[in-house]
Amino acid sequence: MTGVSHLSAVLGGRTVLHDVSLTVVPGELVALCGPNGAGKSTLLRALAGLLPDTGPPDPRHIAWLPQGARSAWGLTVEQVAALGRIPHRDNATAPVTKALRVCGIEALRTARVDRISGGEARRAMLARVFASEPEVLLLDEPTADLDPAASHAIMRLLRTTADAGRTVVVVLHALDLALRYARRVVVLADGRVTADLPADQALPAAAAAFGLPFGADPTPRLLPPC
Amino acid sequence: MIRWLALLLAVLAAVSLFIGDATLALPDRLILWQLRLPRTLLGLLVGSGLGLSGAVLQGALRNPLADPGLLGITGTAGLGAVIAFYWGLAAAFPPALAAGGLLGAGVGAAFLLSFAGGAPSGPSLILAGVAVSAIAAALLALALTLAPNPFALAEITFWLMGGLADRPLWQVVLAAPTILLGVAILLSLGRGLDALSLGEDTARSLGVPVTRTLRLAAVGTAFAVGTGAAVAGSIGFIGLVVPHLLRPWFGERPGALLPAAPLAGAALLLAADMLVRLAPLVLPLSAAPPVGVLTALLGAPFLVAIARRGEP
Repeated sequence: MTGVSHLSAVLGGRTVLHDVSLTVVPGELVALCGPNGAGKSTLLRALAGLLPDTGPPDPRHIAWLPQGARSAWGLTVEQVAALGRIPHRDNATAPVTKALRVCGIEALRTARVDRISGGEARRAMLARVFASEPEVLLLDEPTADLDPAASHAIMRLLRTTADAGRTVVVVLHALDLALRYARRVVVLADGRVTADLPADQALPAAAAAFGLPFGADPTPRLLPPC
Repeated sequence: MIRWLALLLAVLAAVSLFIGDATLALPDRLILWQLRLPRTLLGLLVGSGLGLSGAVLQGALRNPLADPGLLGITGTAGLGAVIAFYWGLAAAFPPALAAGGLLGAGVGAAFLLSFAGGAPSGPSLILAGVAVSAIAAALLALALTLAPNPFALAEITFWLMGGLADRPLWQVVLAAPTILLGVAILLSLGRGLDALSLGEDTARSLGVPVTRTLRLAAVGTAFAVGTGAAVAGSIGFIGLVVPHLLRPWFGERPGALLPAAPLAGAALLLAADMLVRLAPLVLPLSAAPPVGVLTALLGAPFLVAIARRGEP
């Protein structure tokens, strides 16, 4: 079980999270949604134990993928994925190969991450998370830079991962992906949890957090047709 | 690959024992023991310290322009040695020179870490390094202004240019343990540097003690280049150039460069020193120039080439 209780966080003089409590259990795929600056990434960092007042978790069990992760050097895709073995202090190749396969970038294993597309590099970073075989996966925008097909493939992978008994918390801007694949949607706005609902009931609250119109229209949509 | 590098280094070291001002033959025992051997050993030690600390600092700071000079540690080591010169300590008690250099490097590292704050990060270390360099340069200029006599001034200036010539064997032996200790510290940081490729937060999430890794990189550098700079003066650009030379062969993973970097640094410095020794034979020079002059002359265009190629 992973979570934070009554967490407040101040970054650069601005209170980013106000008294937030969130508990996630194994088998859950939880989507964190909300507008820019709502505190989603900070909450994820808190779960990863990266805020000063949160305890350091066991890195073998928790893996965190930051937003916009990039490598300072031209490591190969395989070398990036192998960094996931650092918490285990081994050089096991089987988890790395498996991670590259499930993320769909096996063919790029010897390519440099700074010489492939943004979406491919994103999947290499995701493969690093899978290579460490964590119990809890904390992913900040894993589908950013990915084309729709790859986004759905990654979301299906996360769904399977959660169904296998792992805990997956994912920050998503793409509400359609969140509502389709997550079982539970947590909506943040201005550093507060404004809704914590099963995915099939979350659309009104999520739309409200984004300030989008959502009314009596029988087919849920986020924007009125042009 | 690393075997070829080791072989190259062994050949260079062997040739270095036989290249002199005039002859390319087996020297007599006195020259071998008094001149060539200390010179070769010093090149091996100083070069390996410079090459390795360059590779570690570039990895730790995620900056392809980082080198030991950037952190100001070479500067404070030089300052420590100059103070030992200046007060006549080096003349009265010869080991004071190396001790002064190590002390200077240690004080420099302490300042660096205190400037960088309780939890140093890459950018804060670089800024602190610039500050330490500036202080060291200012105090060095002050020491030169106050130099007791013109001879001391000339001696200090010549020493600061960096060189391997005419250093007695005991100075080399004195510098060796601290350089080797620094090399050992730096070689242990590979995994942490690999993780730092993805940034300090990701490294932390992988369980890497980032603050400790950065501190050890600074302290290891102080050991690896401090006494070396005291004995051989300031030799620039080896630490900057070595990682860039190795990346096409060993890949860009910082940890993969560490075992090769000391070998490459030593090979590069020995090669530069041999070129310097041969210079009077082909150029109208009355004496061999200090090796620091050559490494700077060759290193500066290399720096420009790196900048031209840009970020990969």
